[in-house]
Amino acid sequence: MMSIQPLLEVEGLSLAAKPGGKILVDTISFTLNKGETLGLVGESGSGKSLTLRAVLGLLPRGVEKVGGAIQSGASSAMVFQDPRGALDPLCPVVKQLTEVVYYRQKLSRKASRAAALELLDRLGLPDSLKHTDRYPSQLSGGQCQRVVIAMALACKPGILLCDEPTTALDVTVQRQIIETISALQKELGFAMVFVTHNLAIAAAMCSKLCVMKEGRIVEQGEARALLQNPQDPYTQMLMNSVLPVPELEGSV
Amino acid sequence: MESALQVKNLTVHYGGFTALDGVDLNIERHATLGLVGESGSGKSTLARVVAGLIAPDEGQILLESELLTKKRSREQHKKIQMIFQNPDASLNPKHSIRQILSEALLFHRIVDRKQVERRCREWLDRVHIPGNALDRYPHEFSGGQRQRIAIARALSVEPRILIADEPTSALDVSVQRSVLDLFNTLKEELQLTMLFISHDLGVIHEISDTVAVMKQGRLVEVQAKAPFFARPETAYSRELLSAVPRMPKLSTTPGGNHESRT
Repeated sequence: MMSIQPLLEVEGLSLAAKPGGKILVDTISFTLNKGETLGLVGESGSGKSLTLRAVLGLLPRGVEKVGGAIQSGASSAMVFQDPRGALDPLCPVVKQLTEVVYYRQKLSRKASRAAALELLDRLGLPDSLKHTDRYPSQLSGGQCQRVVIAMALACKPGILLCDEPTTALDVTVQRQIIETISALQKELGFAMVFVTHNLAIAAAMCSKLCVMKEGRIVEQGEARALLQNPQDPYTQMLMNSVLPVPELEGSV
Repeated sequence: MESALQVKNLTVHYGGFTALDGVDLNIERHATLGLVGESGSGKSTLARVVAGLIAPDEGQILLESELLTKKRSREQHKKIQMIFQNPDASLNPKHSIRQILSEALLFHRIVDRKQVERRCREWLDRVHIPGNALDRYPHEFSGGQRQRIAIARALSVEPRILIADEPTSALDVSVQRSVLDLFNTLKEELQLTMLFISHDLGVIHEISDTVAVMKQGRLVEVQAKAPFFARPETAYSRELLSAVPRMPKLSTTPGGNHESRT
């Protein structure tokens, strides 16, 4: 493992508002190895999402890279926070997914459709989609998010970028989605960068954590060790803000 | 204990969809009822019906043995106040904080004109907003501060019941914590009766005395807080509770950041 070139290397990345405006992300560095999950945690405005978008090369208008380098040894695909916003509302979902498979995997139309249906099946979407295609508005939020994940996986990414994929969902659905993502990661072996503001989810999902505040990484390290012994006062404050829910009686 | 609010067999239809299906609920005086449920379970509809924003198709609402009908008097409206999820939308962007607070005070004739300013300052002080905020506008404040202003406005008219519909869902975790702390302090000081709606069980645990769970327009469980979190009676509540992501047990934390707070 030691000699393996990291899959993704971010070195002193800085982002700023154009032109020459406010620094939004300030010289951050991290690396991601194969099969690892890196968590970016922090509150809104801390630059987590911008960092992710920089990795994907999809910075919003008015933001530019002013320093640093991103070296990536694999292709990446992204899962967005709002699944309804990420899907085309005027195009049925199987058709949308088929299109992605067709362009990214360069299969024939027919093979694309088969591959798309297999992906949907793998993500646990209902079989009825095989006969009757549906529009995003006809699916629940959780189902839409599964379609979005399927679309990201159709690109056969080496790195999956997740931008708060469960924030807009109910807790029970959130757990299903997280279980699905974890299972797929085991099966397909992609690396992940997982952006979330929920420390409990980050602790469950990630092997490494970066805590971000106002565009800087204030603390990073092995997830468990970091949470066990947080050094930075900001990390401690974040951990203290997690509202405890008592354990159920009779659960492990 | 006396009940502050009683809801009997409340039913609401939106077209063919049944949003509330025969809900019976009781809120005791000076207590906080936490209402949880997934999206679409009818939590907000229930809150809106109680606040008088939606007329129910069936059922009764009793406020301290006074029957509330579709048409409510000013006095009845005053007694039930509501705080919404999104403070941006509930505060008029073209009104200064002074206008926002004094309008409610004057409309409900809480104080006369001479004392309005003093009362406004008292309330801002109570929600930890500096007094010079009076001549500023909502956009000059952060999300947490705006929510505090909304709380001050709702409480300034001395309501019998405060309904809070996901008041912290749009806020960051640390801000959420401070707003919840404020709710808890005010609850003590003013002996509030609250209907507190949230989908976040952590928030519900922090604030409630009693927990009610809704699913598809029905109330599936009502229980006191401690037994609910330890031994929920219904399978659905158990499913909800077990789906909450929890911090892993961090075994050797000297001095521990994870002592459970109550």
